Amino acid sequence: MIVIVDYEMGNIGSIGNMFKRLGIPATISRDPGEIGKADRLLIPGVGAFDQGMENLERLGLRGVLDQRVLGDGVPVLGICLGMQLMTRSSEEGTREGLGWIDARTVHFRAGAEEAAKGMKFPHIGWNFVTPRKPDPLIAGLPEDPRFYFVHTYKVECADPGDVLMRTWYGDIEFTAAFQRANIAGFQCHPEKSHKFGMQLFTNFAKWAGRDDGSAAVRHHA
Amino acid sequence: MLDAIPPTVPKRKHRPRVMPVLLLKGDLLYKTVQFKEPKYVGDPRIAVKIFNDKGADELVLLDITATNEKRSPNFKLIEEIAGEAFMPLAYGGGIRSQDDVKRIFGLGAEKVVIATHAVESPAFVTEAARVHGSQSVAVCLDVKRDWLGRYRIVTHSGTRKTALDPAAFAKQMEEAGAGEIIVNSVDRDGTFKGYDIALTEAVASAVNIPVIACGGASGVDDLARVVKEGKASAAAAGSLFVFQRPHRAVLVTFPDEAKLRQAFD
Repeated sequence: MIVIVDYEMGNIGSIGNMFKRLGIPATISRDPGEIGKADRLLIPGVGAFDQGMENLERLGLRGVLDQRVLGDGVPVLGICLGMQLMTRSSEEGTREGLGWIDARTVHFRAGAEEAAKGMKFPHIGWNFVTPRKPDPLIAGLPEDPRFYFVHTYKVECADPGDVLMRTWYGDIEFTAAFQRANIAGFQCHPEKSHKFGMQLFTNFAKWAGRDDGSAAVRHHA
Repeated sequence: MLDAIPPTVPKRKHRPRVMPVLLLKGDLLYKTVQFKEPKYVGDPRIAVKIFNDKGADELVLLDITATNEKRSPNFKLIEEIAGEAFMPLAYGGGIRSQDDVKRIFGLGAEKVVIATHAVESPAFVTEAARVHGSQSVAVCLDVKRDWLGRYRIVTHSGTRKTALDPAAFAKQMEEAGAGEIIVNSVDRDGTFKGYDIALTEAVASAVNIPVIACGGASGVDDLARVVKEGKASAAAAGSLFVFQRPHRAVLVTFPDEAKLRQAFD
């Protein structure tokens, strides 16, 4: 069973709705026991970085999530804030992230002050994505895959090998998705991206992660 | 499985969002002309399915009688509609408490749209944005020209006047924490006369957050024009996506991607 982790950050209802439409069993839960038994985990989230980390800790989910993802290697998908929480830190806040992936979350303007002039933030809207490496998680997407984005911060991976998909907003190219071993994160919202999101969720329900000898654990020391 | 991996990431032109606006009156959809003469359109659940199939960018659902009837949003209906909307959904109408806001997000909507209550209480917008993030809070400005021809914000579904200038108020709402501004021209609503470009441009130039134009669209060229000339970030329309002219026969539809890309090119 896929467990959608409910840590009181955003519209988890819509993720459940899409799995329901696809006929894929998924449950929304904040019960460490249920998370302990999950085949796969989905960490959604809309909102502020520090609040997200605070909620995970307050609800007593940090330990069980670390164990499942880093210890047991359960496939995990982070969406939007859920993806950003998987990184080491965010310019949006002061708390440490989960640090499952060697990446940082930065403001769109970071390192692109010139290009960002006159641009509107948050970046809201549909955007085409381009794969940067093959992976079953993004296989079979309909032609011209596009997804819905809503965000002000973006993720920068330290290892280019972790980058799964990239896209542009204005004159700024950024990471739309990352993947390393059993860990994947999407900046966009598949649950609100019509057939493109449906294909991605269908893939995730079968996704085993990848044992490419680069276990995420390495980063966690 | 091995989909082709291009050597670089092509920089494709960002197509501005196009969003149908659906008006609720009771449990059913209606469409107005200048905020009056509501004409029956159909069942919102069916309309949402059509917009799913057609791949609409985003949906705006507005309950046009909740505020004046002093009642809460119809949570049950919002839940049913959100359950069928596999695109972003913004809901507005009758939102008066932070509890309403929280509940609406819990049902699966992405955004709340605040209009009357934003005028009554800018602090309400600030609090909603603080808790849920600016990107989740849109403020809708219903705008009508006064007898001197000046743009002024109206509230309570266009039944009450204010002295507020839309550009100045939009700036105030941005500072209060709104993530988007919807500029809705009452004078153009349902008229198929094209967007009020000057109004849209005045508001879009006053703020750094996305502005969504609404009111008057008669075709895809209008959508492109309000983005280009009115500096809107997105174009919303009601009648265009639910009626077929000239007789306003109901036809719920949405242009295909190729047609939109061509118009915005």
